[in-house]
Amino acid sequence: MTELDANSAAGPLTLLFGRDVTLAVGICAMCGTTGPLGETVMYGPAPGTVLRCPQCSNVLMTIVEAPDRLLATMPGLRLLSVPTGGTS
Amino acid sequence: MAGTAVFQRLTWLPATVADVVTETPRARTLLLAVPGWPGHRAGQHVDVRLTAPDGYQASRAYSLASAPGEGPALTVVRVEDGEVSPYLVDVASPGDRLEVRGPVGGYFVWEPAPPYRPVLLVGGGSGVVPLRAMLRHRARLGDTTPMRLLYSVRDPASVIYRDELVRQADLVTFHYTRTAPPDAPHAPGRIDRATLERTSRPAAEEPIAYVCGPTGFVEHVAALLLDLGYPAPAIRTERFG
Amino acid sequence: MGIVSSGFTGRREADHRLPPGQYETHDFPVLSAGPTPFISLAEWTFTVVSELGARQRWSWDELMRLPQSHPEVDIHCVTRWSKFGTRWTGVSLDLLLADVETGADYAVAYSHGGYTTNLPLEDLLDGKAWIVHEFDGEPLSPSHGGPARLLVPHLYFWKSAKWIQGLRLHTVDEPGFWETAGYHNYGDPWREQRYWGD
Repeated sequence: MTELDANSAAGPLTLLFGRDVTLAVGICAMCGTTGPLGETVMYGPAPGTVLRCPQCSNVLMTIVEAPDRLLATMPGLRLLSVPTGGTS
Repeated sequence: MAGTAVFQRLTWLPATVADVVTETPRARTLLLAVPGWPGHRAGQHVDVRLTAPDGYQASRAYSLASAPGEGPALTVVRVEDGEVSPYLVDVASPGDRLEVRGPVGGYFVWEPAPPYRPVLLVGGGSGVVPLRAMLRHRARLGDTTPMRLLYSVRDPASVIYRDELVRQADLVTFHYTRTAPPDAPHAPGRIDRATLERTSRPAAEEPIAYVCGPTGFVEHVAALLLDLGYPAPAIRTERFG
Repeated sequence: MGIVSSGFTGRREADHRLPPGQYETHDFPVLSAGPTPFISLAEWTFTVVSELGARQRWSWDELMRLPQSHPEVDIHCVTRWSKFGTRWTGVSLDLLLADVETGADYAVAYSHGGYTTNLPLEDLLDGKAWIVHEFDGEPLSPSHGGPARLLVPHLYFWKSAKWIQGLRLHTVDEPGFWETAGYHNYGDPWREQRYWGD
């Protein structure tokens, strides 16, 4: 069914955050699974990017690309930790 | 090397098909000429956008099949009732134009770096594409990090990059799930723990694994690797939804 | 490109059928944001729940015994493809809602797999909507929403919920999946209401 050849979220995610966030760590608000965004599951093609928890399929984040803006929700992320390259 | 601290501006870059290589009846590699291509890392991918003569657009993501330092190349497998792949596999010819956006992805990438942990690449079907980029990268660098590809396919006719992979027989193990060639060492079937054990370095060497393919395949293999003693952070996965 | 005569469009028959920003397709693209559910006909039901909690439910056999309609309609996806003259078989929502006592103005269509979409109740009435189970004379395939989906062709096709389970009627509007994610709450292709804020 899917035509996607890769974790297609990386493009829209990079557009939204302005940096690669596939290594950013998220906590699923539904089941507590913690992991990098690069491990989330995306089905498609779809009218928008929908990232689901690899464990419970809960919708973590959505990104819709309109011609002049990006629309994003993070209904299923309890926390997102994005490394910035600074020293801890 | 740029890390996550660097702002990445993504725009659609005009691309021209420079050459096409038929890999299997359903798969083709397209070598692209992209002025301003910023270079990429092994394992990254691009979004590809097609525009019809009437202006209709559709885009999909494809893994880069080429190594860093080579121009961008994509290997596309035709999906039944697909909107984009049939064009890329059956129609696109040298000189045709499309757009690419990227490269993107920092999670599923490999380049040699201390402590040079041995690498196990496990690809299912078209999941072999980003893994081939990693193999090519290692070869172009003359790097000696232990690396092995376990490539799971339905049958011999489905093997992408056959000649190239056969030439690297010491690094590549083919695993057939439906129909195996007569000289295959094992009967066809799903990858099992024994197969992974044979192809992986022992846990004491702290190997890392890159697993790519359909979601069910990736989850099955990842579970087996955990069983073999790979810690979860040592398993990188890329699932095609 | 050669000389363009600004303003000249010629006689293009199809144009008046195409909402702004759309392109005609002869394919039938499949879009989905989740795994395809597989529902057995033996277990299939369609339920209408009123704002007071009153339920009406139809089994597959019961749905098949109702008078069937054969709408032939143009459909418009927000991703810009339009398909003309699509042929379906199904039951009009006018029939399914005929005996429902309600003061509700809004409805939420809910599907197997968790998908939802909202619309004013009046957009489901007066011959504007169906529960369809056949496309082009064949049983609706799972990838296109089978066994049955909602069909509301006057709105963008994300409102035609696949794998339909039922309708919940509400006195307040409750945005569904794509409406919450940034698509337009109503979705009229003729006013090009694609995104939130349009």
